[in-house]
Amino acid sequence: MYLSQFLLLAAVLFCIGIYGVLARRNAVLVLMSIELMLNAVNINLVAFGAFRRNVVGQVFALFVIAIAAAEVGVGLAIVLLIYRNRASIGLDEVDLMKG
Amino acid sequence: MLDNVWLIPLLPAVSFAVILLWGKRLPSKGAESGILAVGASFVLSVVVAAEWIAKSGPREAIEHSSTWLQSGSVKFGAGTHVDGLTVMMLLVVTFISLMVHVYSTGYMHGDRRYTYFFAALSLFTASMLLLVVSDNSLQFLVGWELVGVCSFMLIGHWWEEKDNSDAAVKAFLTTRTGDVGLMIGIITLFFAAKGSFNIAHLNQLALEGGISHRLLLVGGTCLFLGVVGKSAQFPLHTWLPDAMAGPTPVSALIHAATMVVAGVYLIARFYPVFFSGFSIDAGGVNAVAIIGSITLVIAALLAFVQDDVKKVLAYSTVSQLGYMVMALGVGAWSAGIFHLFTHAFFKALLFLAAGSVIHGVHSNNMSEMGGLRKHMPWTFRTFIIGSLALAGIPPLAGFFSKDEILLGAHENGFPLMLVVGLIGAFMTAAYMTRACYLVFWGEYRGHGHPHESPPSMVVPLQVLAVLSVVAGLVNTWVVGDRLRFAHWATVPGTEELIQRFRLEHAFALSDAAISVAVAVAGIGLAGLYYFRGALKPIRGLTRRSTAARAGYTLLVNKYYLDVFYTDIIVGSIKGPIAQAAYWFDQRVIDGVVNGAGVGAREVGRFTYDVIDQRVVDGLANGAGAGAEESGSILRLIQTGRVQQYAAALFGAAALFAVGLVLIT
Amino acid sequence: MVLQNIAFGVLAAVMVLAAWRLVTTQNVVRAALFLVIVLAGVAGQYVLLAAEFLFAVQIVVYIGAIVVLFLFGIMLTRAPIGRDAGLDNDQKALSAIVALFFLGVLGVVLVQAWGDTKLEFPKDPALLPRAADLGDAFLGPYVIPFEVVSVLLLAALVGAVAIARRD
Repeated sequence: MYLSQFLLLAAVLFCIGIYGVLARRNAVLVLMSIELMLNAVNINLVAFGAFRRNVVGQVFALFVIAIAAAEVGVGLAIVLLIYRNRASIGLDEVDLMKG
Repeated sequence: MLDNVWLIPLLPAVSFAVILLWGKRLPSKGAESGILAVGASFVLSVVVAAEWIAKSGPREAIEHSSTWLQSGSVKFGAGTHVDGLTVMMLLVVTFISLMVHVYSTGYMHGDRRYTYFFAALSLFTASMLLLVVSDNSLQFLVGWELVGVCSFMLIGHWWEEKDNSDAAVKAFLTTRTGDVGLMIGIITLFFAAKGSFNIAHLNQLALEGGISHRLLLVGGTCLFLGVVGKSAQFPLHTWLPDAMAGPTPVSALIHAATMVVAGVYLIARFYPVFFSGFSIDAGGVNAVAIIGSITLVIAALLAFVQDDVKKVLAYSTVSQLGYMVMALGVGAWSAGIFHLFTHAFFKALLFLAAGSVIHGVHSNNMSEMGGLRKHMPWTFRTFIIGSLALAGIPPLAGFFSKDEILLGAHENGFPLMLVVGLIGAFMTAAYMTRACYLVFWGEYRGHGHPHESPPSMVVPLQVLAVLSVVAGLVNTWVVGDRLRFAHWATVPGTEELIQRFRLEHAFALSDAAISVAVAVAGIGLAGLYYFRGALKPIRGLTRRSTAARAGYTLLVNKYYLDVFYTDIIVGSIKGPIAQAAYWFDQRVIDGVVNGAGVGAREVGRFTYDVIDQRVVDGLANGAGAGAEESGSILRLIQTGRVQQYAAALFGAAALFAVGLVLIT
Repeated sequence: MVLQNIAFGVLAAVMVLAAWRLVTTQNVVRAALFLVIVLAGVAGQYVLLAAEFLFAVQIVVYIGAIVVLFLFGIMLTRAPIGRDAGLDNDQKALSAIVALFFLGVLGVVLVQAWGDTKLEFPKDPALLPRAADLGDAFLGPYVIPFEVVSVLLLAALVGAVAIARRD
């Protein structure tokens, strides 16, 4: 197996995640896309860890998972709040900072 | 005493102060203070003269000076300078002043301002003496101006009548016109003498050739302007006849014997300047001689047509001053000042005698006099003596001095001046005869009863008459070598100037004979006309002949000089020139000023409207508007939508990555 | 070896497809389910990379907890269950361009750097990294981040509750 195939896979997933983050209206979908990106990063980390034949890559990946979990929790709480205040979670409607 | 000459001007000055402060309370109302002071000054002057004459060997001038104030390197000093010329002037001034003081106690008796009159007389005497003893030109100028002021005060003594105050103003202004030249001259000579006002120093430099000829000529000409004013030379002589509006003692003292001769004294004192500047030794015709001779003739002509006896004497004075100036102009220095000396006596005598006549007749005009020889015998006798002295009949005083002048003109090569002098002598004799006749002979044409004057007036007349007879002999062998005028009335250092012209002789017989003949002819012709009624063809000439009448009118109008000065010069200044100046001021100067103001206003308006409002505000507003516009354009970027920001972020990151990759 | 490549290939294809569908579907719930597929695929990749612990954690945490959280979130925000036409915003084109560009950059870089690097695993299974080694690492050199992460999780928990509670 080549290292680059894992890396490329991760790159593809990451870019799809970017597309999702930028193109989706629903806030929850955006969060999902972010998860997609994080997973792509995890694949990268583990691949490199295997390449280096130590366990650091996996350690880092675990940390990412933990933080992703925390982030999703808080993020969804915020989305709920937005939904409660505005009755909608369309991100293009949240333009209070519009200049 | 020679070292304490400063006392002589001081005594009358003290008297002036005393009379001002306590005059009215004194028993004689101030007259005694004046007489005492002037008398004491006279005595001191005689002492000074005696000391001077008694000096043996070559005489040196005695100078004392102290620095009054110093400014930088220029010292302003006050001091005295005594030599023969000073001594002569001291004698003349104090003596005549004394006579006039005594005379005035009678003449001005009961006058409305008796005390102030004597105060002014004292001040005048002090000023004249100050002028005479000065060793530097600034002090001289102080004295000069002071006597001018006193003249103004005394001419206008009865200023309630407008004519008198007009005459005083005219005298002051006319002499002032000349004084401008005097001041410029003094300053010029100050710089010529390398920063010194001292007269002796200046004279020495001028004699040695230390000053350029042109500078001397300029300085001398400017000084001469002052002389023309003060000594009533043509063309500034017009004030002297009008000055007769003052009391007769004033006319005698100031306008006959002392103040008017200040100009002659100036030339005599500064003689090296004049001598070198005007090149008198070269025998060339110079301004001094010319002015002197012109004055001589025109004044004599004017004396013929006067009705006022004082005016006759005034024109006579102007004419005689012309003689003195002419004498100095032809290099006859000693003759000129000798004539000053003798003229003082007989002219003062004539004026005081005329005053006596006026006092008795209560009128100045000869048309209201006549036949007074019976009513006023002493006045008559002394007047006749004075007239004969003036005419130059030997052995009276005028003969010696006038003859010396003519001799000087002849010997120094000024034939024209000699002829003019002889013509003048003829006319002098003639008009004095006319005056004598009109006053003392014929029928009395006035009102009231004329009577002889009191002794206070007659005694000075007698004293002066005696002097008029003997004064001339002072310059002859009669008094011996030591007392001889030409020997002691000298300025040390200029003797060679005098000796060059060999005025050692009292007179030369041939010249003397001609001048006496001319004088006698004058008396004779006039006598024939008036006394005998002869010379019929001349009588009524002005009625028959237009030329004669034109000449007469010219004389009566004083050659229209007064008209020229008053109407033409002053009038044109008051009128067209003043108007032009006013127009210039209003249009041009104010135009410039207003224009500057309008211009400033326009510039301000332009600055405000164009520069400030459009350009500067435009810039400022433009900056703001630019910021606003760009802001509202850039604001569109702020959509508030997070995903757009994220898109920008990712795009930039990608670009950065590309950049990094390419670099590394 | 060949087996692994085939496995990898299949997994990768499935994952990419699911991810693609995740970002393009108009149905929120389906998006969540596609996410599940992707996460599962990632777990499979971990196995291929000899990270069995991570494989377990991935399944349990991600699919078991996070996706459930997502579903709760979808439910609570009343996202319409079913077709929703407006799930994409109006910058699809721009996003596509950015994503593709990024992909291009990353791809070029990765291939240039590690284009022919092979992954070598030790033949002896005893030398493969094991969960015990992970434990040693967490309690050894990385103990501090480990503790911090636990604090972080606590904070997140408290924070989520604080933010989302109704009062």
